[in-house]
Amino acid sequence: MISADLNTILPEILLAVYAMLALIGAVYTGKDKLAPALVWLTAAVMAILALWIGTAGSGTNPAFHGMFIDDAFSRFAKVVILIAAACVLVMGLGFMQKTKMLRFEYPVLVALSTVGMMVMVSSGDLMTLYMGLELMSLALYVVASLRRDSEMSTEAGLKYFVLGALSSGMLLYGASLTYGFAGTTLFSGIINAASEGHLSIGLLIGLVLMISGFSFKVSAVPFHMWTPDVYQGAPTPVTAFFATAPKVAAMALFARVMHDAFGGAVADWSQVVALIAVLSMFLGSIAAIGQTNIKRLMAYSSIAHMGYALIGLAAGTEAGVQAMLIYMVIYVTMNVGTFAFIMSMSKDGQPVTDIRALGMYSKREPGRALAMLVLLFSLAGVPPLLGFFAKLGVWQAAIAQDMVWLVVASAVASAIGAFYYLRIVFYMYFGEDREDALDAGGSPILWGFLVVSAFIMVAGVVNLFGIEGPAAAAAATLVN
Amino acid sequence: MIGLEHYLTVAAVLFVIGIFGIFLNRKNVIILLMSIELILLSVNINFVAFSSFLGDLAGQVFTLFVLTVAAAEAAIGLAILVCFFRNRGSIAVEDVNVMKG
Repeated sequence: MISADLNTILPEILLAVYAMLALIGAVYTGKDKLAPALVWLTAAVMAILALWIGTAGSGTNPAFHGMFIDDAFSRFAKVVILIAAACVLVMGLGFMQKTKMLRFEYPVLVALSTVGMMVMVSSGDLMTLYMGLELMSLALYVVASLRRDSEMSTEAGLKYFVLGALSSGMLLYGASLTYGFAGTTLFSGIINAASEGHLSIGLLIGLVLMISGFSFKVSAVPFHMWTPDVYQGAPTPVTAFFATAPKVAAMALFARVMHDAFGGAVADWSQVVALIAVLSMFLGSIAAIGQTNIKRLMAYSSIAHMGYALIGLAAGTEAGVQAMLIYMVIYVTMNVGTFAFIMSMSKDGQPVTDIRALGMYSKREPGRALAMLVLLFSLAGVPPLLGFFAKLGVWQAAIAQDMVWLVVASAVASAIGAFYYLRIVFYMYFGEDREDALDAGGSPILWGFLVVSAFIMVAGVVNLFGIEGPAAAAAATLVN
Repeated sequence: MIGLEHYLTVAAVLFVIGIFGIFLNRKNVIILLMSIELILLSVNINFVAFSSFLGDLAGQVFTLFVLTVAAAEAAIGLAILVCFFRNRGSIAVEDVNVMKG
């Protein structure tokens, strides 16, 4: 019995053991000299685990009396999380070496937070949920302030810590009420307490507090205030990490709790989620207009994108979850490419984040400018590109549930949001050629990620590279 | 006779004090950390009260996990705060303002 349980949780155990061995090994030997090798090794371990989880797993396997669930949904989320984390690690290596902040703790902390994400997407119990969430968050607080000698980076870490701890507190208070009124911490037990169509008042308060906690982790309005500051203050590779894997994990966890634990009372939470989605889309689109720092701009962009993805969840159906998963995959792919571009923005070896420095970038670097153009159009949701099909998917799911107002609102928000993406394009192609223009060139790794990501945005239109099938299977195991 | 509702009331009051401590406090970041501890403790009271009332051990197990994580969280928070103090020379809340947000 216990060996079957351990077998189910083996990928998490392997990654956790690897992280601890890497930490001890690096401390007792070369320390920071080993860091580049450790980054590559960690990325390789994650890629192998992703391949293993993606190909070997089958069926639904609950472990530890249902506290941990390995099913198609969690496997889908884990593969995306692991690949995104591995890509971001490899991508940030050159940047971190150039700015001399590469420490061996960085890949170890990323690996540990990835373990946390894998646990939380597989959680079948409030305790597993909390432990996974905290393992992820505690590691992220530390990587946000990775640059110990920088005022901005430590301030980002401090803000993220205080607000993140507050959100965990609210989530926990919600969990305690849910436990008290459902009589169990298992999702499979909570769903029975909630199955009579509507929830008791205690469960309802618990549900709302837990939704607040999740909104915080996915940076949805009104719990978004940490996002711009943390994105701006954290080192760029860390920001790239924040924008990808943790978002997928938090969104997957959100969907799992809503459907696995509160699936009997969809009407009770779907309106709340829809409201959060609308507010996020509008705030993300409008507040980004005045930004000139590209990292801050990407923060507002990610707030808006989380709003669109939440539309899929608000629909409360299998199609909605499927659309949300596909949206998250496309969002992560776009962000990996965009952050590869941001990391290559430098002047005399110093990183630059002001978008006005991109003036006439297309003249010096036509290839990069074109790839970035494709990505920005895709982020804005311009029709022939993949970003549009991501939005189309969630819209279809919402229309099937007669949520036309939500679709109209999101179409308006995405039209507003298109302005600031196109403004970057404007600077690149028609802006003034300033004296402090960016250096040409950059590392081939970043160039590779940028081009591949842009290529996927164009070529993925054909069949989405076949992710529709796994996403549908994942949604089918979650919603029943 | 002290019943479940009394414990829940105490926990709710502590929770609200903790939340207000975070939002109204304008002086010191340490007070923010104390407010966070207060929130986690109110959650623990809730869990133990429910656990005893339901005759179910899961709540008390959860409390042990929360206590452990709270200790780790405080350690990380203080470590980040020390780094911040080295760079900024102050831990007043109003000095956490290099970035406007």
